[in-house]
Amino acid sequence: MARLHEYQGKSLLKEAKIPVPNGGPARSPEEAKALAEEIGGAVVVKAQAWVTGRAELGAIRFVDTPAAAAAAASAILGMQIKGYLVDTVMVEGKLDIKREFYAGVIIDDQSQAPVIIFSRIGGSGIEEIAEKYPDAVVRLVIDIQRGLQDHQARDLIRQVGLHGKLQLSLGNLLTRLYGVARRYDARAAEINPIVLTPEGKLFAADCRITIDDYAVYRHPELGIEIAREFDRPPTELEIIAWQVEKNDYRGTFYFIQLERGFSPGEGMIGFHGAGGGGSMMSMDAVLNRGYKLANFVDTSGNPPASKVYRAARIILAQSGIDGYFASGSGVASQEQFHSARGLVKAFMEHPLTVPAVIRLGGNAEERAMAIMERAQGEIPAPIESYGKDDSPEFCAERLDTLIQNYRRPTMKPAGKVHPEPQDPYTFETVTNGTVILDHAACLDCETKICIDTCVPGILSLEGEVPMLNITHEQAKRGGCIECLACEIECYFEGNQGGHIILPIPGLDRV
Amino acid sequence: MSILIDRTKRVLVQGITGREGQTRARLMQEYGTQVVAGVTPGKGGQQVNGVPVFDTVQEAWEMVGALDVSVLFIPAPIVKSAALEAIDAGVKLLVIVPDRVPIFDVLEIADAAKRTGARFVGPNTLGVLSPGKAVLGMIGGRAASARSWFFPGPVGITSRSGGITSSMAYYLAQEGIGATTLVHVGGDVVVGLPHPEVVKLFQSDSETKAIVMFGEIGGSQEEQVADLVEADEVTKPIVAFIGGKAAKSGTRFSHAGAIIEGNRGTYKGKVERLREVGVTVVETFGELPQATLAILKKHGISL
Repeated sequence: MARLHEYQGKSLLKEAKIPVPNGGPARSPEEAKALAEEIGGAVVVKAQAWVTGRAELGAIRFVDTPAAAAAAASAILGMQIKGYLVDTVMVEGKLDIKREFYAGVIIDDQSQAPVIIFSRIGGSGIEEIAEKYPDAVVRLVIDIQRGLQDHQARDLIRQVGLHGKLQLSLGNLLTRLYGVARRYDARAAEINPIVLTPEGKLFAADCRITIDDYAVYRHPELGIEIAREFDRPPTELEIIAWQVEKNDYRGTFYFIQLERGFSPGEGMIGFHGAGGGGSMMSMDAVLNRGYKLANFVDTSGNPPASKVYRAARIILAQSGIDGYFASGSGVASQEQFHSARGLVKAFMEHPLTVPAVIRLGGNAEERAMAIMERAQGEIPAPIESYGKDDSPEFCAERLDTLIQNYRRPTMKPAGKVHPEPQDPYTFETVTNGTVILDHAACLDCETKICIDTCVPGILSLEGEVPMLNITHEQAKRGGCIECLACEIECYFEGNQGGHIILPIPGLDRV
Repeated sequence: MSILIDRTKRVLVQGITGREGQTRARLMQEYGTQVVAGVTPGKGGQQVNGVPVFDTVQEAWEMVGALDVSVLFIPAPIVKSAALEAIDAGVKLLVIVPDRVPIFDVLEIADAAKRTGARFVGPNTLGVLSPGKAVLGMIGGRAASARSWFFPGPVGITSRSGGITSSMAYYLAQEGIGATTLVHVGGDVVVGLPHPEVVKLFQSDSETKAIVMFGEIGGSQEEQVADLVEADEVTKPIVAFIGGKAAKSGTRFSHAGAIIEGNRGTYKGKVERLREVGVTVVETFGELPQATLAILKKHGISL
């Protein structure tokens, strides 16, 4: 889920006419001071970070003057809170609190509907409140067609013993909160606490809104950079990986970093899963051997070889890993040789210098394993590949053994470099890749292996050299599926005339 | 018997002229599924592998007769519209294959389905397969693979992971255990036919004698299955494995449904709750076939 910061959430609440304290975001002490002057009187300065317990960490401070607000902002900005670097604070008028409430909209998997939750006690987490004071909390399943009706909201408030004008204004706030959740496709939208002031006014003092990852495309106005849940800002590699995923709709690619700043010898594994369930099991198998996971990757749902290649390159960019473990469900519906070609290309270019175990069970696994094994001579570190009859536990054990017996080369060997083509024939692919077939090499090629192994069959021989049998435009629009056969098969079975350049913007900088 | 799909069911494919739709329609046919019509708006009148294509589901229904099931190979943003079209036309079972369907769209589909008595598997599902009979969606890939991997038998299989659906069935088959039906309930938070619903279907299927379930962290599906067992609504033996022991709270591992929020949906909570009501929960996936064999033997169920 894409989480919004408090100040972003509050701007959505404000737009829906839910009262929020006077204030806004500041990114420097000067901005904080100016805001405090504008608000007047006592203010609160709050770190904008997706963590709980900010007050205890000194990341929420109450001050009386604009100068003190600037000082508080200067103390909070740049703080590291639970691994999160604070770059924004929120400056708001301080509220006088008479009473606090809680309101939230969540999606309930069991009732397959949105549910509104209200508590006459607010402040701490709703799970905690519900446990301590079960009578204080009420919930209602919302009819998705009709939405939350005003009378339903008021009756919910009545059920916890609130009446009169307060009942009316809280009811109003609930229907508006549901409106925000629905309009912005929120997986969850919570106001905690809702503050009642001595003057009888309600304010949303804090809020947590998370947008459904799958609906982020409907809300460009929210400016969400990566539609993924993180409990910290995305890393450089994660941003690079997201661009790969976003620009290629074929199959899944999911990348998150679990550890950073590690060195060789710490037992970090570059993890490359396929399919959610199989990945989780495979991760458990590695963890049970006493290793740690540097990252989590999933390439599944029939991804092209190019996507698997890019995923592998991104995994290998984590320089301190001690091993590479690729393992999915074991009985994949997709044809596994695509993944094998993607891995081989990555392992040759950014030469693999740590042991790898690749579990490729599923359709066409024999072919996939043969592709991996054939490449061993070109790759400095040992690779073993396995099929559906080999369990993740067994494969993790093999990786363990390989790592124990492996000595990392002192000098990093150079990756495979393609010679300058003498007579290049080129065309572009759907992800801005370039296929280069060196017709000078093709002329002398005895096997012309690219013709038979090209999965979409878009190459034909014309005068002894391979040419597209579709237009360059058709190839670029997706006719070339980037199966990588004309590079990998050609390298091992042909005359090494094929080369595919698949850019991964930003990776060279990491 | 089997649940949800067999050779008698008349199947529609929505999105049949697309890259995925075309391929999968052919593979379904090759395995034995009766694909009687396809729909792609604006492409009516064409044929795909001998299957007539229509512009609307209503038209398909009028031209070829009643449709039992629709399998959707449709881009996520327009899944809602396609699903509502099938439900409005009277189709009672939908299999929604695509990933990334917005959650409020799923809620609207669920609401429409409830109102008309329709059901749906997915979204984000590999589908449903009854060994030796028919397949909906893409389980097994090539028909030849599916034929060599799975065979009929006494176990009902339900899974929250697509890949694991196949691998569970395969590893059980290696021990000689066949299956009535394999159901991938889908990887999302809200799915049409979650584990408890599938388990109820297996309970009322006369040929299913035991149930094997792959659960995951997040959500409450496995806890709901435990509730059914406790209430004696499900009496057939269940063997389960829960994935995601290693996951950190708040971190999603690929399946949108597999995220722990607060203390809900944890590995420990699920395992304890299932064991409390007598479900066999194995610690590693590799133990699943042997544990299933033992349960079948204990209950005197022949393979």
